Order: sequence, then structure tokens, then C-alpha cells
Amino acid sequence: MVSPKTSKSSASPPLLAGFGLTKSFGDFTANRNIDFTIYPGELHALLGENGAGKSTFVKMIYGLLQPDSGYFEWQGKPIHFSNPQEARAAGIGMVFQHFSLFEAMSVVENIALALPPEFPKEGLPKLIEQKSAEYGIPLRPHSLVADLSVGEQQRVEIMRCLLQDPSLLIMDEPTSVLTPQETMQLFDVLVKLAKQGCAVLFISHKLEEIKQLTSRATILRGGDKIAEVDTHTKSTNQLAELMVGTKIAAIKPPIAPKNAPAIMQITGLSRPADGPFDTALRDINLTAHAGEVLGIAGIAGNGQSELMDALTGEWRGTQIGVFKKGAEDISQLNPAERRLNGLAFVPEERNGHAAVPSMRLSENALLTSFERAGAVQMGVVNQNYAAQFADRVSAMFDVRRPEANPLASALSGGNLQKFVVGREIAKKPELLIVSQPTWGVDVGAAQFIRKAMIDLAAGGASVIVISQDLEEIFAVSHKIAVLHEGSLSKAYPAAEMNPQTIGLLMGGSTIDNASKTARTISKKTNNRVAG
Amino acid sequence: MFDELLLTVLLTSVPLILAATGELVVERSGVLNLGVEGMMLMGAVAAFGAASLSGNPYIGIVGGGLAGMAVAGVFALFVLGLATNQVATGLALTIFGTGLSGLIGAPLVGQAIDGLPSMTLPLLSDIPLIGVFFQLDIMAYLSILIVALTSIFLMRSRAGLILRSVGINHDSAHALGYNVLQVRFFAILFGGFMAGLGGAYLPLVLTPHWAEGMTAGRGWIALALVVFASWQPWRVSIGAVLFGGVTIMQLAGQARGWTIPAQFLSMMPYLATIVVLVTISGRGRNVFGAPMHLGKRFFMTR
Repeated sequence: MVSPKTSKSSASPPLLAGFGLTKSFGDFTANRNIDFTIYPGELHALLGENGAGKSTFVKMIYGLLQPDSGYFEWQGKPIHFSNPQEARAAGIGMVFQHFSLFEAMSVVENIALALPPEFPKEGLPKLIEQKSAEYGIPLRPHSLVADLSVGEQQRVEIMRCLLQDPSLLIMDEPTSVLTPQETMQLFDVLVKLAKQGCAVLFISHKLEEIKQLTSRATILRGGDKIAEVDTHTKSTNQLAELMVGTKIAAIKPPIAPKNAPAIMQITGLSRPADGPFDTALRDINLTAHAGEVLGIAGIAGNGQSELMDALTGEWRGTQIGVFKKGAEDISQLNPAERRLNGLAFVPEERNGHAAVPSMRLSENALLTSFERAGAVQMGVVNQNYAAQFADRVSAMFDVRRPEANPLASALSGGNLQKFVVGREIAKKPELLIVSQPTWGVDVGAAQFIRKAMIDLAAGGASVIVISQDLEEIFAVSHKIAVLHEGSLSKAYPAAEMNPQTIGLLMGGSTIDNASKTARTISKKTNNRVAG
Repeated sequence: MFDELLLTVLLTSVPLILAATGELVVERSGVLNLGVEGMMLMGAVAAFGAASLSGNPYIGIVGGGLAGMAVAGVFALFVLGLATNQVATGLALTIFGTGLSGLIGAPLVGQAIDGLPSMTLPLLSDIPLIGVFFQLDIMAYLSILIVALTSIFLMRSRAGLILRSVGINHDSAHALGYNVLQVRFFAILFGGFMAGLGGAYLPLVLTPHWAEGMTAGRGWIALALVVFASWQPWRVSIGAVLFGGVTIMQLAGQARGWTIPAQFLSMMPYLATIVVLVTISGRGRNVFGAPMHLGKRFFMTR
């Protein structure tokens, strides 16, 4: 099990130190005058919101970016890495948030690409098998990366680093793609590495994990270093406040309505996989009740986008039975027709799917609202109506705009997301279906959007939220179902669920044999690797 | 009689092999260069001009290759340096090459040169049927060697691994510290050189004179061939012989007054490519197919 590393001995010199590091992109300063130290064998967290400058900072360490001013010392000597190869040669390894893997290549080829040219090619497959088994993250050298699970793909990334015996390992948001169980496995590996003297720089915004794994944290906000803290002496709330800069109001957990009528019912929805990297949907059944938020959890790539397409009507098949209010079959209706029936949708990708970046807000507001009275008169768009509607949505949902009616692309991610969610909620739908409502959105906007969805349900509508973010699922849902490899579990009352049970469902087991937890999972992983 | 036909088929396939192998390397690095036809024409006119001026067809080979490479360099400048749209730039390159080669070649029309001599290997060339393979010229022999070397380079060497990685995911390759633009630049130059060689083969071997637009769509067939070969060098040579065979059949058919319209035969290579594409994509996970970042523009990220 994971045991947090004891604090570093301040007697030993730092492995890596940074002094006054600054990096700007045009007018935007991503990092401002940052000092930083990490010691050998230390598990150190780099904490901050999206856009706080974490990625810029580690890219400077790894030689992908060059600081405008300031410098690094490596083992006491000033050093400058002009590219990642030099950083790797010095003993720095990095695992990226969005993996730098090549799907159409084998594990060996992927690893060979990250090794220096002089690294012996012969015996590499053997070495990979040996070393990965040694760290408890077994890998088959000749399997294709595209065939691996996300957790296994991350092992490939880690193995790339381990083969070069790094003294510093940088992990950029490594747990965002993992099940809770896989996260524990990863932490075991990291603790093992730290015990051998390798320093680990762990980037995250998940506070529980940071408290569990690391001993010290450097906190960034808006490009500035805000604090360097001992993670054991701070509560997660204190860490969160340092990270965000303001107090965070917790949203009220919703109260589940009793015996609410079903708004929509889906039975036996199946969908074959479209392409090689798509997931087939298998016999999906779900019921959306009035006044209720149904959370659909699951790791990315388990059929979320396919399910969303089927719900919105962007994909329509014959093997689908969608029923509205028990009677009317809407399975063959297109998205616009479904909207006329009181449904509303917010797809995952806000740029280009939920909104058109090159259109103005008023035009974007109209795109899903043509059917509203007054929007179109005798085939001509009522521009005043559109502008007023956009203004109303912006006011209701606190959308900060650079001008009265800007291009959608001029809005920040959080503000545009508030706008596309707000646009749908403003129509007072009977059923709102949202995919990844707060992906890449700052904490403040995320809270706002979650509260808006809860309020909509409280007003008697039904809400379906598809999200990879477990914290979000628990914050908004009355009932929770889990999507795994295209199959949807039963919807369980949220009160009966915890991250462990959800993690099991994400791994494909059922709640009923929860007692066999760990054994099932480790066996499954081994089978996948061995078989 | 059959020997002769087979020889003609082989000769017809050489320019296709050369140009398609070059384009294959370019596409494996993630760049789609639709300017093959234009580069071939530039190669053809330069080869003819160089051979005519020097009186030496071997100098024509080098001239053809370099001319193809030079126009490919212009293409690289646009798609890599200025990150322009690859499809549009490639088409522009074809139009540019067609026009410029016609302009340069205007005074050359009607002239004749000594083509490349065939290098018949003793004994081996006397074997019935197979002997045809040993009655070729130096460029034909070279083309086989180049296919072999390209295959080894792509599949066995570290540099080839890096080139393929850039084509599969340029962001990942960049993150690992590889110079995406440099890799693509050299790939494009190689592709241009090969297209130039392919073009040079036409006036140096097939028809020893220059005519405007003499590639007659071979550049487009080479492009189709890369897809037909599903980006595997060896399959390019097999496909080239097949496509070459179709071209010859078309000519032979016309001579003999077959009832199949010539237009039908000239569409066969493209039809075959479509059939192959459909078969490949029907096979499920197509991992040895198109490089995933083919035709995508690369921008350095923060």
C-alpha cells in the first residue's frame, strides 16, 4: 500500500533548483519569477488550476521550452537544457498528460523512440519484460499500443523513463485517466521509485491524491508561485483555497425525489463500432426520471461519445428503442426534432460541436433555438431577438464577454462552456443531456455549471450528465451508472456508491461480487497482459 | 512475343515505382504532396534538356532528380515554413510544374537524344521468360534497389522509426524532442528527387523526345499506388507492375481493336485503388494503413 514519503532531510543539497524563472507567450505571462527546489527521493507536488502555469513550468525543466529569464541548477551546478534529449541524458524523465505515444506502433518501438541512439537495441524486448515485471506494471513488448488500455499505455510512458534510470521523474496529471484502483497501483510504483532515491514531481489538481502521495507542494496560481507547503499539515480545503485564491462554496448535495415519473426510457440500445478506434454500444438500458440527475461515470473511450451521439440523434440506428414518456417513440428523430420534443443537449467539445467558434454569440444562441417563438419570422432571422436571447443567457449564467456580442472564439473556455450550458437551460428543457460539462473549465465556472444543472433538476426536469470526473459525478448525481466498454451498468442511488465501488464498475466487474475486488482486478490486468 | 510484352510492362512500371516510393516516404512522414505530376514533369524536361546539352543520358538522370527536388523544396517551404494547406499547395505545385516544364521545354520539342542503353546481363538474360528481368537499363535496376533500401530504412533503421513516428503523431514526436519540420523537410526533398527520377525515365528510356505534359497522369497513378500499396514499399513495386500492365493492355488493346473502350482501361488503376481501400478499411483495425497525421499541419505548441 501507499505510505507517504517522510519529509526530505534538508541537509542534502537539492537535486534540482530553479531561480526566478519567467516565461511569456506574447503579452501573456505563463510563469512569473518562480523559485523551486526538489530533493533526491522526494515526492513533490506541483499544484494549480488549469492555466496556472504548471505545464509551462515542467516543460521548461524538460527542455521543451526555454525560460525568458531565470535559470536552473542540477545537483548544484547551473544547467541549461535546449531540448528534451539533453534533459533525458541528465536523468530527467517525463510522463505527459496527453501521452506522447504512437498508437500504430508496438510497445518496443514506442519505448525505443524515447531512448538515446546509443542504447542497445538488442534485448530491448527482454529488458522491458523484466523491468516492468520488477515494478509490478507488466507489459508485453510486442503488443500494439492501440490495443492497450489507457492504464497500460501509461505504463509504456513510465517504462520509457525507467529504462534510463532517471533521478527525477515528472508526472503530468497522471491520474486523470485512471480508475481509483489503477491510481493506487501507480502510487505504489512512485513510492518504490522514491525509496530508491528518484525524485518525483507530481502535477495534479486532485487534492486528496496530493495529500496521500506527496510530502511537499509548490502551489501556482495565474503564473505566480503562491506558496510552498508541507502537504501533511494542510487540509485539502486549505490547499484548495491556496490554489483557487478564494473560498470555495460547497454546493448542496441534492435531495432525491421519490416516485418521480420517467421522462425518457431507453431499452436495448446497441450500436456497432464505426471505426477501428470507436467503441460498440451493447444493450444499453436507462431511464431518466423527472427531478433527478443521472450521472454516467466511466473512463474516456468506453463509449461516451457513441452514447452521446445516440442520445442526441446525431446517430440513429434500427437497434435502438428510445421512448419518451413511455409512449412516443423518438428514436428516429434528428437532433432538431428531438429538441422540439423538449430535449436539450450539450455535447462534449464546445469549440466546433456545441458552438461555432467563428460565429457571434447571438448566432450561436440561435443555432439550437430556431423553434422558439419570435426567433424566426417568415423565414427571416430576428436579429434583435437573437441578441436579446444571448444577452439574457450571458446575464443569467455570468458569462464574461469582451464586448456585447463577441465571436464565440473570443470567450475563455469556462465562459463559453457557461454560455452553451446556459443556452440550453434557458429553454427550460424537460430533459437535459450534458457530456463532460466542466472539462477544462476553472473551478469557479465548474461550480456554477454544476449548480445550474442541480437547480434545473430541482425544478422538475431530468438531467443526464456524462462525465469522467468522479468528483463531479458525486457532486451532482442522484443516481449513478457506469459505462464500461460500451455497456452501461444499472443506475445505483448515489448514496450507496463510493469511489471504490465506482472504480470496480469502471474496471468491468459488478457491484455484487465487490468482495472479490482486488483479486478480480489484478487478475484481469494480468490476463490482459499475458493473454 | 510474350517476353516483349512483359518487358514493356516492366519498363512502364519503373517511373511509377520511383515516384510512388518517393511519395510513400513523404506520406509516411505525415505530408501529403499532391504535386507528384508536376515534379515528374519538371524531372522529365530537366532530364531531357541535360541529356540533350551534354549528350550524356546519365547526366540526364541526375538533372531530372535535382529538378524534382528543387520544386519539392518550394513545396516544403510553403507547407512547412508557412504551414499552408497541403492539398492546395500540392495541387498548385502540379499546375506550376506543368506550366513551367512546358515553358522550359518549348525549344526542346522535336529534338531527339540517345536514350539510356539497356544493360543486358549475359547468361541470365537467356533464361526463357525470367530473362526479361535482366535486359533492363540502369534506372530500372536502381529502382528495385531503392525499393529494398527504402523498406529497410523505414522498417529497420532508427531514422526510419523516427520518420514513421512523425507521421503517426507529430505532437508526440515533438514532445520526445524530435525535429518534426526537419524530418519532413528531408522526406519531401527525397520524394521530389524520386519523382524527378521517375519523370526522367520517360524521355531517357520510354520515348527519347520531349513532349509537353508527357507524364500523362502517371503522377496521379503514383499517388493512387501509395494508397493501393497501403504504405508498404514492397507492395508499391507489385502494384506498379500491375498498373503498368493495365497501361500496356490499353495500348495493345487499341492496336488490336478490342471492343473494350480505352477509357475503361485507363480508369482501372483508380478503380483498383478504391477496391483496395474498401478491402483494407473493412478489415477492422487498420494499423498498417495511412499514417494518422497524414496531411495535418504541424504547429509548435506551448
